[in-house]
Amino acid sequence: MHLDLLTDPLVLCIMLPLLGAVLTAALPRRAVLLGSLMAVATSAAAVTLTILVWQSGTLRVALGGWDQKLAISLRADGLATALVVMANIVGLGISVYASGYFRDPERMRAFWPLWLLLWAALNGLFLAGDLFNLYVMLELLGIAAAALGALTGSRDAIAANLRYLLVGLLGSITYLLGVALLYTAHGTLDLDLVAASIAADDELFAVNAATLVLMVAGLALKAALFPLHFWLPPAHANAPAPVSAALSALVVKAAFYLILRLWLDLFAPVTGMAAAMLLALLGAAAVVWGSWRALRAERLKLLAAYSTVAQIGYLFLFLPLLAATPAGPVRDSLLAALVLMAVTHGFAKAGFFLATGLVQTNAGHDRIDDLGGTAQRLPATTFAIALSGSALIGLPPSGSFIGKWLLMQCAIETGQWWWVIVVTTGTLLAAAYVFRVLSRAFGLEPTPLRFITDARAEIPALLLALVSVAVLGLASGPLWTLLGLQAGGDA
Amino acid sequence: MSLDLGPLLPGAIVLSSMLPGVLIFLVDEESHLLRTLLNLFGAVLKLVLVGVMIWGVWRGEVFESRLDIAPGLELVLHADALSVLFVSLSTVLWLITTVYAIGYLEYSVNRSRFFGFFSLCVSATVGIALAGNLLTFVIFYEILTLATYPLVAHRGTPEATRGAKIYLAYTLSGGLLLLVGAVWLRTLTGPVDFLAGGVLSGMPASMHGELVAIFVLLLAGLGVKAALVPLHGWLPQSMVAPAPVSALLHAVAVVKAGAFGILRVVFDVYGVEFAAELGLLAILAALASLTILYGSVLALTQDGLKKRLAFSTVSQVSYIALGASLLGPIATVGGMVHLVHQGIMKITLFLCAGNYAETLGVHKVSQMDGVGRRMPLTTLAFSVGALGMIGIPPIAGFVSKWYLGLGGVTAGQHWVLLVLAASTLLNAGYFLPILYRAWFRPLPAAWENEHRFQTRFETMGALLWPPVITAVLCLLAGLFAAAPVSPLQWAQLIARREYGL
Repeated sequence: MHLDLLTDPLVLCIMLPLLGAVLTAALPRRAVLLGSLMAVATSAAAVTLTILVWQSGTLRVALGGWDQKLAISLRADGLATALVVMANIVGLGISVYASGYFRDPERMRAFWPLWLLLWAALNGLFLAGDLFNLYVMLELLGIAAAALGALTGSRDAIAANLRYLLVGLLGSITYLLGVALLYTAHGTLDLDLVAASIAADDELFAVNAATLVLMVAGLALKAALFPLHFWLPPAHANAPAPVSAALSALVVKAAFYLILRLWLDLFAPVTGMAAAMLLALLGAAAVVWGSWRALRAERLKLLAAYSTVAQIGYLFLFLPLLAATPAGPVRDSLLAALVLMAVTHGFAKAGFFLATGLVQTNAGHDRIDDLGGTAQRLPATTFAIALSGSALIGLPPSGSFIGKWLLMQCAIETGQWWWVIVVTTGTLLAAAYVFRVLSRAFGLEPTPLRFITDARAEIPALLLALVSVAVLGLASGPLWTLLGLQAGGDA
Repeated sequence: MSLDLGPLLPGAIVLSSMLPGVLIFLVDEESHLLRTLLNLFGAVLKLVLVGVMIWGVWRGEVFESRLDIAPGLELVLHADALSVLFVSLSTVLWLITTVYAIGYLEYSVNRSRFFGFFSLCVSATVGIALAGNLLTFVIFYEILTLATYPLVAHRGTPEATRGAKIYLAYTLSGGLLLLVGAVWLRTLTGPVDFLAGGVLSGMPASMHGELVAIFVLLLAGLGVKAALVPLHGWLPQSMVAPAPVSALLHAVAVVKAGAFGILRVVFDVYGVEFAAELGLLAILAALASLTILYGSVLALTQDGLKKRLAFSTVSQVSYIALGASLLGPIATVGGMVHLVHQGIMKITLFLCAGNYAETLGVHKVSQMDGVGRRMPLTTLAFSVGALGMIGIPPIAGFVSKWYLGLGGVTAGQHWVLLVLAASTLLNAGYFLPILYRAWFRPLPAAWENEHRFQTRFETMGALLWPPVITAVLCLLAGLFAAAPVSPLQWAQLIARREYGL
């Protein structure tokens, strides 16, 4: 039975990177080799998991042999698996890129254990089936992320990430407070059991609502929802490129995933239109403010970081639409569109940050106004920025175009047409900030001889960007199947 | 051979330029031969595939490629008579322009980037032509914007960057309006494909207000690319692009995509009779007429040759919209056929302008004294294009104007004749002085920037023959308008289907 557990892809997704973290810490001289191997193995486990969930639906594993109320349980449903597969493919891309990124052996040795730890926490968070386990993973994720972010050792980076660490702790403590309240009220930590208990018992409405507020507030801080985003731009912009990619594409997404999980599965009877509207309004503010700050940013990485603030905002716009749409194929499509946007942003932002890192390494800086020559010398990198940029704007064919199409369609159908204005404003601003960068690539510089100049760094960036555009934009149907949703959004 | 091409062919036509385009990016800058081979392979393959498709559509076969993007969202490529018209135009002119561009850019920089985007640009245009529903149309319409931007910015000068920025600001905003209109329409109708005769006439009267608003959104989005006044501001600015790009932009790709979209929306979404009932045709007619006159007036005042041609495009493309705005099959024929006629005439003019610039360094009308004697073949081609634009028989432009005028009269809209007459006078006003200078003024002692090629002709072969060929096409399309495969006959086939005659 224990052997069974050890080969279960659900467990492997968490254990493999954890093992990798231990190994790379123990054998620092072999860190790159061991780390890369574990990255490949973890991604393979994640892909296997995805295929299993695709074929047979939700998977569950209980660890430790306690009964369900207290057990450490793992659960892979469609939503979790969609994010796991995104995170692990992106993670693999980041690993390949990182294997050649660090020049300084000191940094390189510090990078791998932390990165694999972060990866394990990420998978653990997506796959956790109980509230306490979620808390542990959330905490682990926050600590690993802050440590990685400070890896450059610069004064700015350390200050930014110390703040990130404290904010993260505040967020997870608030979340833990909610967990404690829930446990007191319902006597269990298992997600399914708590959900059933909340649905069954109207009398605890006040406690449940208070818990919802606490938990969502804590997580919104970690997800950098406007106006709680203040910590994100400096932390993401000052980290080394592969770390920025992981933070912006994956870590923030994990906090959002948890909000969604609580919102949809746990607190469905408690959440009302007013709460959804409030979060969406904050999301709208994030879209406009984040995009505007991205447009005004002087540095490329700061631009990318503010763009993340905006992109997270889009995800919150879906909440009131979900609330206004009765269960059925239309709501299913909306949910799929939400996941599609999150996943697309994961790929696109990772590709964007990796390419940005290459520009920065080549130019020695990332001031947008002086990037001309560098952007032109690196056609493949600029191409990766262009592709992922068009996914950030939401231009077709990209996953976010499909997501925005469905978002606007539903906004008009439910009479909440004002979100259309938010989306179009955000799209125009995004176009402005992306092309502000791209226009630097057309100058009078000498012609580059080749398309690809540094394969190990450019190909991961290019492939991740390509997935966000061509794969997710032209064939997003499988996502519906993975999520176990009904087809035919327009019935 | 029983291979069923039906579901594959439209997709293959789009990919036949897209895949070579992607490969071209990867080609080393100095590999001239490989790049040229890829270019010509794509262009010729596309021509062959389009030939197969024309033959099939003529025999009534159905060609349709479908791809499920997501449940309810389908990418549909469908070949009907109207798409065949546009696909053939862009495929033939792409081949010609590619040859020209290879000659034109032989000595310049960043060729792999240029030809890569050039191919993507044509793929997007063909995708627009074959789009079978609004979603597909919007997707390719935006890809076209993106693929054209690097071409406009190609020169890398500050003016080029600025022109490209203006181009992008206009077209992306327009694209967004189009997107909102398309999404809104989708919420009313559900997923519908383009259909000859329109799909909306059955909508209840309570929705008519919304339908008018949606039409305005769609028209604004399409009008940007079609350069309808007052949305035309980007077009003269994007004249900084290299000559083959201008030719492609004005004759085939961007401007035409907008005009083609207007035709699609009027005929195959709203249905022309229903659009008339809603009063939408009047809006379109007013905008088109205004654009025709305003563009011509501005063209009069330009000294830059390409700028003058650009404003002439603003004016001439609106003939297509004018044809769509008049109820009745004859005017429809006039509008549709002008899609092709304007394309071949304007590409001739732009390629000639490129030849003057490359060979003699002539960029302005005021420098064109005597170019006819130095470059007789080029100037002959230019003259055919210019006279065709004015509407002199037997050149193609005459046929368009004839059908538009006749269509206006049969629709009881006699003011159309006034618009056409005024426009013709203005066309003559800005083209004839050029011809006069070119043929009758004495040669200057020396050209400012003359470039002698190793050839017995007036300029490099790859530059000379493309405009000569398109000029011959202009003559053929006019002379043999009654022949069974002429653009005119094809336009009549479309009109018969749209009106269910």
